[in-house]
Amino acid sequence: MSEILIRQAALLGGPKSDLAIKDGMFVDPVDLDPSARGTQLIDGEGLVALPGLVDLHTHLRQPGMEQAETVLSGSQAAAAGGFTAVFAMANTQPVADSVGVTDMVHRLGQEAGYVDVRPIGAVSKGLAGEELAGIAGMAGGTAKVRVFSDDGHCVSDSLLMRRALEYVGTFGGVIAQHAQDPRLTEDAQINEGALSSRLGLAGWPAVAEEAIIARDILLAEYTGSRLHLCHLSTKGSVDIVREAKAKGARITAEVTPHHLLLTEELTASFNPLYKVNPPLRQDDDVQALREAVADGTIDIVATDHAPHPSESKECAFDEGAFGMLGLEVALSVVQKALIEPGHLDWSGVARVLSQTPAHIGGLAGYDNPLTVGAPAHLTLVDPAALKDVQMRYTRSGNNPYGHLQLPGEVRHTFFRGVHTLADGRIVPADELPGVAK
Amino acid sequence: MNHLLGTDTLSREEAVSLLDSAKEFARVADQKMPKLPALRAVTVVNLFFEDSTRTRLSFEAAAKKLSADVITFQGQGSSLSKGESLKDTAQTLEAMGAKVVVVRHASSGAAHRLAHSGWLSSSVVNAGDGTHQHPTQALLDAYTLRERLYGENAAGVGLDGVSVAIVGDVAHSRVARSNVHLLHLLGAQVTLVAPRTLAPKGIDSWPVNYDHDFDRVLNAGPDAVMMLRVQRERMRGSYFPSPREYTKHFALSEDRFAALPEHTLVMHPGPMNRGVEISSVAADSPRSTILDQVTNGVWVRMAVLYQVSRGGQTA
Repeated sequence: MSEILIRQAALLGGPKSDLAIKDGMFVDPVDLDPSARGTQLIDGEGLVALPGLVDLHTHLRQPGMEQAETVLSGSQAAAAGGFTAVFAMANTQPVADSVGVTDMVHRLGQEAGYVDVRPIGAVSKGLAGEELAGIAGMAGGTAKVRVFSDDGHCVSDSLLMRRALEYVGTFGGVIAQHAQDPRLTEDAQINEGALSSRLGLAGWPAVAEEAIIARDILLAEYTGSRLHLCHLSTKGSVDIVREAKAKGARITAEVTPHHLLLTEELTASFNPLYKVNPPLRQDDDVQALREAVADGTIDIVATDHAPHPSESKECAFDEGAFGMLGLEVALSVVQKALIEPGHLDWSGVARVLSQTPAHIGGLAGYDNPLTVGAPAHLTLVDPAALKDVQMRYTRSGNNPYGHLQLPGEVRHTFFRGVHTLADGRIVPADELPGVAK
Repeated sequence: MNHLLGTDTLSREEAVSLLDSAKEFARVADQKMPKLPALRAVTVVNLFFEDSTRTRLSFEAAAKKLSADVITFQGQGSSLSKGESLKDTAQTLEAMGAKVVVVRHASSGAAHRLAHSGWLSSSVVNAGDGTHQHPTQALLDAYTLRERLYGENAAGVGLDGVSVAIVGDVAHSRVARSNVHLLHLLGAQVTLVAPRTLAPKGIDSWPVNYDHDFDRVLNAGPDAVMMLRVQRERMRGSYFPSPREYTKHFALSEDRFAALPEHTLVMHPGPMNRGVEISSVAADSPRSTILDQVTNGVWVRMAVLYQVSRGGQTA
């Protein structure tokens, strides 16, 4: 494997330093000979070095919906966004509710070779919310599944949620809940309020999310199990989580990039590009979510990357699919929404987009990033760049940021020392070393 | 005006101009040959993805009175049932030469999508989209009110100071939404009357009063009471305990009708649920404008088709 020397990148936005990679690990730069044949030199001037990003919430659509995304295309999109690991949600076709599917997704990720693809197992069979899925089998398979979620659906049955929390504790797992009371959101399209009433689109009340979060926190405390709350979207949710954490609840929570930046006003266009679950909310919700990341109430940013083919969005609003793309733009949105207003520094970004999501998902190798002896998961970003937001590698086009210019451009990504994104371009699959294609 | 998508994008000047234009077209009815050549060689497509009889026939009549060529497309039994999308259907019809597309769709915002998605270059007229807007209904309601109140002196005026109560299933009513905007624009005082379950969230930001006590509103002597159909087909979950209880509190019953001031007009966009939101005595009384509304719909739609086919100003 080649040796790589990165000159004078700003480590976590702090002091400039050289970084050296050899055999997939970070090594001391003095141990590399920059003039030796085969040593790759990268000018890190102006770039910020971050640990490889980890997304705890990605939809890769394979198996079953390959026209929207495949493990390969999603892996490339992830690498283009600076990610080195993604957790792939279970709402595939067939559902990832058995070891056969989760191990297959894991293997497809290994074959792609761009990022560590960690399958998430379903909580319930077929995501039906009635019977527990094959949790033990998935946990014991080659994919070693540790995160379980019915995402796309809420585990709304209180007893099933209790049992799921109790059962995954046996395997060191965590339940990632999509908090959405199904009865309160029947037919719902956008955030409920004056705008939904004016547009005649069925409203999605904040309390539909908040009620489930409050219930699940109580269940998690009662069972002593780990609960992760997906894609918080309301100020009320933040308040509940903050209060629970103050009392010592062992819960974690995430927010998506789009909920940190976009608001419901976009839906007045009736364009399903802005249709997402949970829906875009209001300015004060966005502000509360940003502050919650800053003070640690919200632990991580996760993309909820949800690719859809164009026909799922080129239609009337209530006929459109829920979901937005996120992998290729997450870091730019975080720079815009959290760094520029001063909520986080780059070290904080490393925490919410790499270390903590890896920790929640039980993923090794991210505890001591950018240090000698650690796996060389590395992202180099140019924060001074300004770019039109285009999605280049996902198979889908449901980009809600197309009307925006955003700061920051990921220039290089290394996954276990393998250069997956080089000068802003994905390294072709047949040029990645070590994996049979 | 390139499109008519809702009443919320109209200016008062545009609204009054449309009503005045409709009044001119109404004179066509008195002529020996009740037809004008204004849209000769213009193709108007009625794109009805949702069932409708009176609105479709009204638009057809309006287009034909203007000498337009009319193509009518109905969702059921069409390529729509074979999975063709709104986009493909609209583009197919435009490829056949449509200049004006009149669209009715069960999805809120469908007309807006057709007009602004880049799929079409035709003018789009919203003939009712989901629970969003039904602007020609609101225009014909305003026209009817104006004619009843001001008659020959109606041209050029709005509805300043006129009090209108809109009663019933406001939450599911595109008619109510369109009327709220237009009546407010024309200077009327609007009171919405509904149980809290059928009052839209955020109603306090609308330019209306809200009351759940129908009798209290009637005691104030409104100039018009507009009854809305209870849209059971759009309701999931329990909005009120029973039709009987709804009728008791929110219907224009015989007793309530008898207690109305002499001048109060009775309106309904149809179709009516007789005995549910309105009694036959009220619906069939001389103070009812219900059949006038149907007739006036043709003149209003002629005005709208004429305006959008001329293009120019935006709305």
